[in-house]
Amino acid sequence: MRNKYFILIMSLIVGIVLGFTYASSDTHTNDTTTPRNNHTTTQENDPFDKMMQVLTHKRCVNCHPAGDRPRQGEDSHYHNFGVQRGKDNHGVAALRCESCHHEENNEYSGVPGAPEWSLAPLAMQWEGLSRVEIAESMLDRKRNGNRSLEQIVEHLTEHELVLWAWEPGVDSEGNPREAPPVPKDEYIAAVKEWAESGAVIPKE
Amino acid sequence: MQIQFTINGKSQSVDVDGKTPLLWVVRDVLNLKGTKFGCGKAACGACTLHVDGEAVRSCSYPIKFAEGKKITTIEGLGEGDNLHSVQQAWKEEIVPQCGYCQPGFMMATAALLEKIPNPTDEDIDNNIVNICRCATYYRMRKAIHRAAEINGAT
Ligand code: FES
Ligand code: FES
Repeated sequence: MRNKYFILIMSLIVGIVLGFTYASSDTHTNDTTTPRNNHTTTQENDPFDKMMQVLTHKRCVNCHPAGDRPRQGEDSHYHNFGVQRGKDNHGVAALRCESCHHEENNEYSGVPGAPEWSLAPLAMQWEGLSRVEIAESMLDRKRNGNRSLEQIVEHLTEHELVLWAWEPGVDSEGNPREAPPVPKDEYIAAVKEWAESGAVIPKE
Repeated sequence: MQIQFTINGKSQSVDVDGKTPLLWVVRDVLNLKGTKFGCGKAACGACTLHVDGEAVRSCSYPIKFAEGKKITTIEGLGEGDNLHSVQQAWKEEIVPQCGYCQPGFMMATAALLEKIPNPTDEDIDNNIVNICRCATYYRMRKAIHRAAEINGAT
């Protein structure tokens, strides 16, 4: 009888210990994922975060490069053929953006296209900037082409060249290009919400 | 769809799918075989011609965008006794090896000289990025400088 109790108590203790171990390993797992999840969950509804997930994506940054050479591709390599910015951000004399890029994606050659295909001016370089720095640069009239917040929102949410990111077509191998990680309508809503609530730039 | 444009000074109308690359309209519909197909990916430049004076890679140019535009191919640049300075320089410097890439290079060069009449080697490197499998680049460079000279730009 005593033995029975002893076994029962022991198994309870083992159970509790094991339970605790599992619980703590769960907690441990959560320790690594929870902050991230929490981060994502909190930030999922944070318009600044949503907007920045898009603006830091290669579909945007490849054409907002630091320097005079566009980048291309999923790995953001320098644009093939030594393509250069040129004086008007549309390339050089005989090697213009328009030599190959037109108003829509070309499904045969795999050359992407949208109206006004060109590089963002050098003042609007985003490559290498943090989210906060990108936001500061967007709101800085000296660097943003003297645009008001309203005009910035317009550029970010209506400009066909910007919205091309969600219809990026296929590459020269016929593989689809990656779209930004936030759906277009959610991104547009996030940009508007961020602007309407005062275009606050969080601290780094 | 019906598309109207000017090619080598003549008005032309074609009825093709609007997405057809200009290259194939030029070669197969209009039978102008000087413009070459190399890659079809806007990478080699063999198909370069001019649209409203700008160098364009015609393999990646849907014909629908040609509506109302002026297109010039190597045949329209100059022929016979009436060679363009670029063609003249190319002859003088005996540039081609197999010749396949050359029309594209000459068209790109002609476009370059319109904007930069006396290009430096650096200008040439930045602007003329077509591919020549026979590696005639060295003679092309000389020919480009020679064309600028013929034009009196040096
Ligand atoms: S065939 Fe057009 S660039 Fe190669
Ligand atoms: S001459 Fe042969 S590819 Fe250029």
